[in-house]
Amino acid sequence: MSLIEALPIALLGALLGLDVVSFPQAMISRPVVAATLAGAFIGHPPAGLLIGVVLEMIALDTLPFGASRYPEWGSAGVVGGALFGAQPHGMPGALPACLLAALLTASISGWSMVVLRRLIAIRLEQTRDRIEEGSRNALLSLHLSGMSMDLLRGGLVTITAMMIFAPLVRAIVAIWGSDSAPSRAVVVVIAAIVAGAALWKVFHSVRHVLWFFLAGLLVWVGLLVTR
Amino acid sequence: MTAPTSPGVDLPMRVKFAMYFRLLAMQGSWNYETLNGTGIGFTMEPALRYLPGGLDGPAYRAALARESRYFNAHPYLAGIAVGALVRAELDGVEPARIERFRTALAGPLGSVGDRLVWASWLPFCSLVAIGVYGAGGSPMGVVGTFLLLYNAGHILLRAWGLRIGLSRGLNVASALGNPVLRQGPQYIGCAAALVAGVALPLALQRVAGPGLGLVGGIIGAALIGILLLARLREHAEGWRIALGVLAIFVLYSVLT
Repeated sequence: MSLIEALPIALLGALLGLDVVSFPQAMISRPVVAATLAGAFIGHPPAGLLIGVVLEMIALDTLPFGASRYPEWGSAGVVGGALFGAQPHGMPGALPACLLAALLTASISGWSMVVLRRLIAIRLEQTRDRIEEGSRNALLSLHLSGMSMDLLRGGLVTITAMMIFAPLVRAIVAIWGSDSAPSRAVVVVIAAIVAGAALWKVFHSVRHVLWFFLAGLLVWVGLLVTR
Repeated sequence: MTAPTSPGVDLPMRVKFAMYFRLLAMQGSWNYETLNGTGIGFTMEPALRYLPGGLDGPAYRAALARESRYFNAHPYLAGIAVGALVRAELDGVEPARIERFRTALAGPLGSVGDRLVWASWLPFCSLVAIGVYGAGGSPMGVVGTFLLLYNAGHILLRAWGLRIGLSRGLNVASALGNPVLRQGPQYIGCAAALVAGVALPLALQRVAGPGLGLVGGIIGAALIGILLLARLREHAEGWRIALGVLAIFVLYSVLT
C-alpha cells in the first residue's frame, strides 16, 4: 500500500479516533462501525463488517471508564476493516492476521492517548496562570489544540499501522499453513471467550441476569430448530 | 456582545444550543491534571458572557477561571453540572458555595454515568448490533441500527442533563434520583443478557461460516475459556489474552 492509497484511510482513522474521547463520542468509533466504514472505503463493506463484529465482541472487554487506560478501537477498527477488505476472498489466514494487526493497533493507539493526555497536561501547566486569570483565549487555545492533537494522533496511528501491517499481512496470508476451518474456529473461540467473560464481568451483579441469558439461549435454540 | 443579565433571566436558545454543541466536545482537553475541568469551563463559556460586565469583564473572568479547575463527571451527564453551574453563576451564588457544589457533584455524576452508559447502554447496543449481524443484517443495517439506537439515548441524555441543570441550579442533586438513572442499569442489564443469549451464538455462527457451524469442540472450548476468564475477572484482561493467543496461532500457522 502506497502512502497516497493510505491517506484516505488515515483521514477516516483520524476522524474516528477523535470520536473516542474528544468529539462527539457518538460511538462511530466502535469497531463494528469503524471497520465497516473502512471496508466500504476499500470497496468491500461485508468484509469490514465481519471483522468489525469480531472486534466488537473483543471490545466489550474494555469499556471506557473514567481515567482508566484502555485500547483505542476507532483507529484499530479502521485498520482491521481496511486490511481485511483488501484481502482476496477465501484466504484462510486473512481473518486471524488482520485481527492481530487490529488488536496491536488498538494497543498502540491506547498508549498514544495516554501520551496525548500528558501533552495536554504539560500545555495546561504552561498556560495555567492565564487560565487562572480567566483568559478566554488561553482556555480556547488549550481546548482546540487538544482536539487538533487528538485528530493528528488518530491519523498518525492509522497511517503508520497501515504502512507496517498492509505488507506484513499480505506476506502472512501468502505463507499461511493452517486450513480454513481451524483458522476461523480459533477466531470464533477467542471472540466467544472474551465476549462471554466480559459480559459476565459487567453484568454479574444484575439480579436474575443468568436466567435472562438462558432465556436468550433458548430463543437461539428455537431459531435453530425452526430454521 | 452581551448585556448583563439579572438573576433568574433565561438564556437565549442559541446560547443553549452553543453549550449543547460544546458539550459534545467537552473532553477535547481531557488530561490527568484537571480531568474534564477545562472542558466544563469551555462548555459554560458562552453563557458566562451574560454575567454583569459581559465578555472579559471581572465577573466573567473570575467565573471562567473557577469553572475551569479540576472536575470529573461522565461526559454524557456533565450537562447536569454545566447547567447547574451556569444557573448558579448567573444567579450570583457566592464562589465558596459553588466550589462546594462542584466537589459534591463530581463523584455521583461519574459513577452514575459509568453504570448507566458504559456498563449498560453501550454493551446493550453493541449486542443488538451483533444480533442484527447474526440474523443476516447488511452492513448498512447493522451500523444503522447501532448508531440510531445508541445515539437516541446519548443525545437525549445530554439534552436532559443540560435542561435539568439549567432549570434547577444548585438543587439539581435530586435529579440523580431519576428512575432511569437509578433503575436503568438493572433493566438494561437484564435486556442485554437476553439479547446476548441470542445474538452471540447467531453472530458466531455467521462468522464461522456455513462450512464450519458451531461444532461441539468450539462450544466446549468457549465455555471452558469463559469460565476461566470470568473467574479471573479483575486479574486478567480478556483482550490482552486474545492478543497473545492470536499472536501464537499466527506464528504457528506461518512457521508450519
